[in-house]
Amino acid sequence: MGMPITIEIVDSSATPDSLEKVFKYFEHVDEKFSTYKDTSEIMSINRGELKESEWSDEMREVFKLSEELKQATNGYFDIKKPDGSRDPSGLVKGWSIRNAAKILEKDGFKNFYVDASGDIEVSGRNAEGEKWSVGIRNPFNRDQIVKVVYLDGEETRGMATSGTYIRGQHIYNPHQAGPLEDIVSLTVVGPNVFEADKFATPAFAMGREGIYFIEKQPNLEGYMIDKDGIGTETTGFDKYTKNA
Amino acid sequence: MKKIFLSFGLIVALALFATFSRRNIGVGADRFLTSNISVFGGTPTSEPVVPQPTTSVVSTPRSNTIIRHGDDEEEGSVVITTPTPASTPASTPASTPASAPTTTQTGKYKNGTYTGSVADAYYGNIQVQAVIRGGRLADVVFLQYPNDRSTSIEINTQAMPYLKSEAIQIQGANVNIVSGATDSSIAFRQSMGAALSKALN
Repeated sequence: MGMPITIEIVDSSATPDSLEKVFKYFEHVDEKFSTYKDTSEIMSINRGELKESEWSDEMREVFKLSEELKQATNGYFDIKKPDGSRDPSGLVKGWSIRNAAKILEKDGFKNFYVDASGDIEVSGRNAEGEKWSVGIRNPFNRDQIVKVVYLDGEETRGMATSGTYIRGQHIYNPHQAGPLEDIVSLTVVGPNVFEADKFATPAFAMGREGIYFIEKQPNLEGYMIDKDGIGTETTGFDKYTKNA
Repeated sequence: MKKIFLSFGLIVALALFATFSRRNIGVGADRFLTSNISVFGGTPTSEPVVPQPTTSVVSTPRSNTIIRHGDDEEEGSVVITTPTPASTPASTPASTPASAPTTTQTGKYKNGTYTGSVADAYYGNIQVQAVIRGGRLADVVFLQYPNDRSTSIEINTQAMPYLKSEAIQIQGANVNIVSGATDSSIAFRQSMGAALSKALN
């Protein structure tokens, strides 16, 4: 199970090397944060092999952000396991996509997007000079789009979707559905992908209540789809559904 | 060398695509982290790198088609129906949106703490516990999570605003990007579903 990454840079000054740099960054993140690689820094820390003074700056930053998110979610989000080891994977995803976008910004690119596993950060405009359009998959049919979101690429750059999907031959079975399988998709839109992503998973985990959790966040909007194919928007979501 | 060829090949293909379909020429490419185990979980597969389009073109839409789930006893049955206009939920305040909050005297669930089954999240197990207070889901505790985190969250459902709801509709728009789903959500929901099934009045 890998992670598909798609990057597009519209600016005509972009070269294959511009992209390669970003792919290399994702590989670097994997090397450092993967809990499946014995040689990663996180696994060294978890084995007690590194003193705190030896932790890298990136690791410190991720731990700090994790602590902040833990406070913001009343302890729901916690990278520390009962045995004292840490797994920051849930935070690293949005964080690394955001950083990848920053690399492109620093290299002077204004119009691009980075998509890792369906979590997205955009900047500027698409090749037609219009807002980047992002489709939300139909949870009941991955080849269809049920909502189109237009991101202005300035104040609103990030989008993340948590959800279930029909995978291979395993069709969603109504008889296994429990009350909290009431929702099948939750999309969060925000100022950047890190902000959107960090709240998308806890909100999805809340089932039908999740959309209200997003409604309460002042800088986020969301769209939820339930098992009956009913979509529910937060009160400000419709400003993103027009390509104006 | 192969990697450079592959990404170069993707760039060339995309550049050609860009030339014929756009005014500006940018660059784009896709990469699939397969040789390394992803930091975001999962085990490596031997899948080849599959170029994915950077622009998704959606197939011709069928209007107002919603996939509903069948009521028959067979596992895995899916019934596709096209609702008539009369039956399509309207998004006006006069209708009853499926997910509008309600204030009820008797809750849907019995108060107490209910533990769900252990579900496979593909790269680990998930098991959750539902805490019901006042007839509603008030807290979620993770007993098992990939890498065995234990977490909980308080859900405050007071004073909820009215949110617009309507039946999803297939969109015909061509989009630049598609936002997708993740794996761990499925296992979470299976476990939570089991927990809340036990809690039902």
